[in-house]
Amino acid sequence: MSSNAGTHHSNQPMLSAKALFCERDDRVLFQGLDFELQSGEVMQVQGSNGSGKTTLMRILCGLNDNFDGEIFWHDEPIKQQVPEFRAALLYIGHRVGVNKVLTPMENLRWSCSMQKKVSDQAILQALAEVELRGFEESPCYTLSAGQQQRVSLARLSLSPASLWVLDEPFTTLDARGVGNLEKLLESHAGNGGSALVTTHHPLNVADLRVLSLG
Amino acid sequence: MSEAEQTSTGKAFTATMRRDLLIAFKRKNDLLNPFMFFFIVATLFPIGVSPEPDRLGEIAAGVLWISALLASMLAMDNLYRADYEDGSLEQLLLSPHPLYFMVLAKNISHWLVSGLPVVLISPLLAYMLNLPAESYFTLFITLLLGTPILSLLGSIGVALTVGLGSRGLILAVITLPMSVPVLIVGTMAVQQTLNGASLAGYLALMGAMLLAALSLAPLASAAALRISVN
Repeated sequence: MSSNAGTHHSNQPMLSAKALFCERDDRVLFQGLDFELQSGEVMQVQGSNGSGKTTLMRILCGLNDNFDGEIFWHDEPIKQQVPEFRAALLYIGHRVGVNKVLTPMENLRWSCSMQKKVSDQAILQALAEVELRGFEESPCYTLSAGQQQRVSLARLSLSPASLWVLDEPFTTLDARGVGNLEKLLESHAGNGGSALVTTHHPLNVADLRVLSLG
Repeated sequence: MSEAEQTSTGKAFTATMRRDLLIAFKRKNDLLNPFMFFFIVATLFPIGVSPEPDRLGEIAAGVLWISALLASMLAMDNLYRADYEDGSLEQLLLSPHPLYFMVLAKNISHWLVSGLPVVLISPLLAYMLNLPAESYFTLFITLLLGTPILSLLGSIGVALTVGLGSRGLILAVITLPMSVPVLIVGTMAVQQTLNGASLAGYLALMGAMLLAALSLAPLASAAALRISVN
């Protein structure tokens, strides 16, 4: 279950960026980009194709260090608290991090164990929530792209992370999957967590903030 | 988040190792390929060079070491590639634990699957290539110390090239020069102990190389992975 209720002051931003600048192949993706994300907020990152949404997400997670500017985690520079930040981060990218030969159970056992010990019971429960009950012992190469996406989304309810960074999580989901993920985002925000989501899909989440790129 | 529920690095290490062993076990090719390659290359030498026992005995140590080196290179490519392609590598890089230990876990499980079988079968091939019987132990122990070094060094090359679309020979170009010292010490140990030299010095040298590789190579692999994913 998403835990981590307000252990931090709510007036202090959870994640903030100052004067972010990123250039790729002599093309400026964004410059002077500032934003603040408070706990309990869901922020949608919008922009046309190639406007740098994925790059921004990867920069914020620390996968891409090809940028200028400062990123703060609870008002401290992120570089000084990398392990703490990573322990509180859940990132799901375009490549969802699901090994094809392993079963959903085995995949989740590994990816969750990086942050927190998770019981098999909890994993079964999370798989049921993403409607993958009955597939827990099938190798992931037998699952469809949408089902593999759901395997990675099952981590949302298992992880102790307070910051979710989701890059295009809706692309392969069906309408019910989209609705479930929106509900998950709302309850995560309700528990004091926050989320950054890139999508072209209109997000149906209460108190949504929008960051537009390019 | 409370500190108590966070996993220790040790737990994450064993979880990563168990996962990689499980994947290797499910993909039987990974288990058999290096082993079969080693076997085939070594058996081609008597056909290509000469089936005369005396001549084979002279080159046996070199043949086995070169075959082991090539088998290790062949096996290296799938160390990070599947993880890179399915995004698991990003998850590994974003784990709160030191990447050094995560890379070490992957390297160890990879060696257990691809290197250890080669070491275990080597006395049988040594017998087939007519290596003098008193050298079996030397060959076995130097391969046992040497193949993990080859895996650890190979891991750096793979980590550097995992993001490239078409790799071709670049992995060999990066990895082989680093592997040559291991090859030299390994074959020298077998030949010189036959001539009466003490094994201890060679083992010390090999052990030192293994310790240096264990402590430094995963750091280099970790840095290379961060660059490749960037």
